This record gives sequence, C-alpha cells and structure tokens, in this order.
Amino acid sequence: MKIESRERDGAVVVALVGEVDLQHSPTVRKHLMDLMFERRPVVVDMGSVEYIDSSGIASLVEAYQAARKNGTRFVLAAVSQPAMRVLQLARLDKVFALADTVEAGLSA
Amino acid sequence: MSSATPSIEVINLNTHYGDRQVLRNVSLSVNPGEIFVIMGGSGSGKTTLLNHLLGLLRPTTGTIRILGKDINTLSALELQDLRTRMGVAFQSGALFSSMSVGDNIALPLREHSDLDETTIGIVTRLKLEVVSLAGFEDLMPAELSGGMIKRAAFARAIVMDPKLLFCDEPSAGLDPVVASSIDDLILRLRDAMGMSIVVVTHDLDSTFKIADRICVLDKGEVLALDSVDAIRNSPNERIQNLLNRRTEEAEVDPDAYLRRLLGEKEKHANQPTQGRTGL
Repeated sequence: MKIESRERDGAVVVALVGEVDLQHSPTVRKHLMDLMFERRPVVVDMGSVEYIDSSGIASLVEAYQAARKNGTRFVLAAVSQPAMRVLQLARLDKVFALADTVEAGLSA
Repeated sequence: MSSATPSIEVINLNTHYGDRQVLRNVSLSVNPGEIFVIMGGSGSGKTTLLNHLLGLLRPTTGTIRILGKDINTLSALELQDLRTRMGVAFQSGALFSSMSVGDNIALPLREHSDLDETTIGIVTRLKLEVVSLAGFEDLMPAELSGGMIKRAAFARAIVMDPKLLFCDEPSAGLDPVVASSIDDLILRLRDAMGMSIVVVTHDLDSTFKIADRICVLDKGEVLALDSVDAIRNSPNERIQNLLNRRTEEAEVDPDAYLRRLLGEKEKHANQPTQGRTGL
C-alpha cells in the first residue's frame, strides 16, 4: 500500500493506493491524525483503494471525528467500489462526507 | 465459477473415530466468494467435516488445503497464522461468559494484532453495528437472548475480516424471523467483504436462501454436491427424503443387532446401523 500526499487548493489530498489492511492501517491512522493535529483540511482520494479492512475504516472514522471537533474539512473522494461496499456494510456511507471526485471534495 | 485458487480443497478425506469410519472419500472445493452449505441429517458427518476444515482433527487419509495451504503439513505456528485468516461462528456462540460482549469481540484483535486500543474499540463497535447489536458492548453474554448471542458470535468471527468464515448451525434454536435476519447477514458479509463462507446446517429454508452450492452428506459420504436448483430437482430418493423431511428406516441386520444388544464387539470397522435417519 502507498500513501501519496499533495497540497492542493489549500487542502491536503491524501491518496490511498492498494490494500489498506491490518498491516498498513496504523500508518494510515498516524498520517491522517498528524494532519488533524495540524488542523489541515483533508480530502482522501480513495479511487485506487483495492481493499480496505475494518481497521482501515476505523482509521478514517477516528480522523473524521477529529476533523469534526476541529471544524475542518474531511472528505472521502472517488471512493472505489470495494471500499464503498465496506462502508455500506456498516452504513458509514451515511456518516462520512463523500464526494464523487477529488475536485468535488476540494470545493465541498 | 472463479478460476482462482479455491479457498478450500478437500481430496479423498477419510476419517475414523476408533474403528468406526465417519467420513468416506469426501472430496469438495469451495471457491473464493462462494457460500457453500454442508447439509445432512444428524450423524451424517457434518460436524466432523467442519472440524477437519478448521484444522482441529487430523484425517486418517486425504488432503485438506485451506487458502492454498495443506494443513497436514503446517507447523503449529503456521496453523495458528492460517487461523487468523479464518473466522468461526460456533453453534453455541462460545462467548466467554466472564467477559463483556465488547471484550469478547475485541479479543482476537488484542491477541493477534498490534492495533491501537482506540482502533480496536472502533472496529469492535463497527462489527456490533454490522450485526445490529449497536450499544450492547458493555453487556455480559448471560444478558443476551439466543439470537443476540448468535449475532455477537458473528461479530467476533468477522472482527479480523477473515477470508474464510465458518458458520455452524447459524439458525439453530432461533425463531424464523431472527433466523432469516442471520441469513441476510451472511449474504451481506459475502457481498461486501468477498469472503468465502461455509455454512453447516440442516435448515432447508436457510440453505435455499443463501447457498451458491450445496454438499449433501449422508452416512459420511458426499451424496450430492451441486447448485441449489440441481439439488432441489435431484431424482435421488435419499436427497428427496432429506428435503421432504421423510425418515428412512434402516435395514435391520439381525446378527449385528443381536451382537449390539448383547454388547459384543463388531468384527469389522463398519459404521453402526442407525435406527432412523432424518432431519
């Protein structure tokens, strides 16, 4: 799995690429929570997530809750089908702020 | 069907309990993402087969490959590693009565992962949401109904997001509505997580609702292994007896019967004649 971060339009776009599983989710968690600590607006590009397990979803939940407390933007964008199925299983598609594209996430 | 490596391959499995042969030349395979139902009457060998698939029994002869690994050749450590990719929802739930529901569900993550306790807590509550037990994490197992215990057992079985999920009699002892909701849960788990699911049951309604393929065991042998429609329409009398809940009178061997009554040992390793076979 790879994490690619880039600055864009005053936000940080974090692209998750590959499989976010038990082995990699602690890295994702630390990366996102560091950005939350800095109160940065974040758009997570999930278009290249091939698989995400519950620990990966938990990392997103924790970061999203931190963003809500901060009052900063935290959007999941271009969520791949495998990732969306996992979100829907726990009805988290009704909880997260979702955007169809990264561009839409940046302007949300 | 998928051309990927099967999640489970069983080749010519034979098993004995002492002199008694309980599984005879059982061969089957389960594909990735498939819901595979093993059904049969009491004493047909379902539970023994399940115990083999879990690596709890060693076969007399035959090969069992789970997620591509021949479990007869694995060390204890390798078998333990394999088991972290398998989940089991036991018939009784098998929850630890001294631990809360939440601690029961979190246990596999605490034992087998290095996740932060915050993440473990979120994953645990996430699984409770999935099985419609949100907010029950602080209750003790003794405070749950039968259906809730089954759901909690499911939550624990899937907490590690296994590739392979085993469910032993998931609807046993439940009313039809709750049983149906467990079936829905099994279907949703397969669709969302892509896991292979093996269900051992003799609940026909459940089988026809969830199965991609059905393996019918009878007296330790695979009587049929086919799609739901093929099993429904099978001309085999024993399968139709099973489907229509008709009992079969076993043929009486007078000599063997008298030997059993007199407590004399059988000369051969034959399976004892059963008085009745049915559901």
